[in-house]
Amino acid sequence: MIINGVSIDETFAEAFPMKATRAIITAQNEKWAMISAQAMTGFATSVIACGCEAGIERVLEPSETPDGRPGVAILLFAMGGKGLAKQLETRAGQCVLTSPTSALFAGIDDGVQIPLGKNLRYFGDGFQTSKKIDGKRYWRVPVMDGEFLTEATTGRVEAVGGGNFLVLAESQPQALAACEAAIVEMKKMPNVIMPFPGGVVRSGSKVGSKYPALGASTNDAFCPTLKGVTKTDLSPEIESVMEIVIDGLTKEDIDNAMRVGIQAVCDLGAKNGIKRISAGNYGGKLGPFHFHLQEIMA
Amino acid sequence: MSALTFTVKKETTQRVDMSPLVCHLLKDLSSEDIAAIELQNGKRKIRADELFDINGDDTKNIVIKNSYGKLDFIAKELQDGSMTIEGDAGAYFGMSMKSGELTAKANVGLYAACEMKNGLLTINGNAGDFLGAALPGNKQGMKGGTVLVKGNVGQRAGDHMRRGNMLIEGNAGDYCGSRMVAGTIAVMGTTGRFLGYAMQRGTLLLWQQPKLSATFNDCGSHTLAFLPILFKSFKKLDSKFAQESAAFNRVQRYGGDMAEKGRAEVLVKL
Repeated sequence: MIINGVSIDETFAEAFPMKATRAIITAQNEKWAMISAQAMTGFATSVIACGCEAGIERVLEPSETPDGRPGVAILLFAMGGKGLAKQLETRAGQCVLTSPTSALFAGIDDGVQIPLGKNLRYFGDGFQTSKKIDGKRYWRVPVMDGEFLTEATTGRVEAVGGGNFLVLAESQPQALAACEAAIVEMKKMPNVIMPFPGGVVRSGSKVGSKYPALGASTNDAFCPTLKGVTKTDLSPEIESVMEIVIDGLTKEDIDNAMRVGIQAVCDLGAKNGIKRISAGNYGGKLGPFHFHLQEIMA
Repeated sequence: MSALTFTVKKETTQRVDMSPLVCHLLKDLSSEDIAAIELQNGKRKIRADELFDINGDDTKNIVIKNSYGKLDFIAKELQDGSMTIEGDAGAYFGMSMKSGELTAKANVGLYAACEMKNGLLTINGNAGDFLGAALPGNKQGMKGGTVLVKGNVGQRAGDHMRRGNMLIEGNAGDYCGSRMVAGTIAVMGTTGRFLGYAMQRGTLLLWQQPKLSATFNDCGSHTLAFLPILFKSFKKLDSKFAQESAAFNRVQRYGGDMAEKGRAEVLVKL
């Protein structure tokens, strides 16, 4: 398959089941909601070392938030329910409770209920008060700038993590420009995040390493500087490869995000140095979700 | 199916215990069975069809017409249905109500909504003393749901109240929120003396500045984030509380009762 001169590999991205939740952060204005959201989703690029993968889903209008203030929706993904709950609570406590004028609400009502502010309330040292409104429990925790309002719990749902595609280009600037264009379009899609810095990964990994202590190491088959010394997947004209990783609440959400992302890359086309689109997989042995590039772009 | 309607033929001199005539107790009964139900009337019992003309067959939707102030225990432990009372109701209106909707078109007596658990109870007229309170000797009053009163309420509204919302469009008498454990009482009109007496936790949300006892301390003026959410939850009600103009989030906060736990609050609209 070739789109605008860009070759779409006959391969698939391999993804695996994760647990996910959404939280809504509001504040006096969008600036402070965003600051809090960025703090809460910081250092959350990969479950390999961060404990969870998190990102900003989108900015919310005041009419979309529970308290009628500007807000930001964030998504958190983890391999297990306990890990997700721990990360959510720790990050909420350190990044939202502490952030001026913030409030924190559940972004998913269904699913297994996990603590959001349920335990953060103890920061109130006995001065905290609860309000149950329309069946939802809220906690009002007195803090130095007034009151921190938080919903007690949020919903945890089954999700999919690790959807991806690779952009193979003739130069590093061209690969990055294509990925930036893809991220702009993918950020418009609901229920997904691209957890890596700016949504783009330059250090895609393979499973395993020559060093026994490491579970993952550089994906040498796609490293352009190793073209002559390893079993490479790159043709001679490829000078740079970048990856976009997608976590989504459902497989369909990732399908849709991959479609618009790959399309945005292909719109730049071969004339802008984009040669191929590929994907990372582990032979189908690691994850049950397979995203076949040519099917998605058909 | 049409609403099961009980129309009072003639008011009794003595009070009547109406607790058998409630949705969940009537649901599998034939019209003959319902007519034969005996109601306590003073020291004697009377058949339902002696007191009422009975029409309709929808036991999930009960209407009592020509009701008067001696019909006690209307909708006691109501669940799975709605009841509408056209006229006054006596004491213990909606006592221990569990779910559904209960509406009084006029006034109700003492202990309305006492120990109510859930549902929506609307009183278009006035309510007597001890609205949403605990029965004498009990320690927990209303535990959930919403009570809406469009008129005034008597003394001790919300006495020992544990949870839920009590919304009063008119005035509240003395000791409003006394011994309250938690929950929210909102009063658009005036409040009487000894507001929040021995109140432990919970919120009294007031539109008018009250006369507070010395055991409530001024905590200053604040913008509270939970108030817009609370007002949003009132939007579905047929009430002044649902109006856009009723909502606010700037309040003067008073903490108390310092003679008790001191974790309760009186919030006065600014």
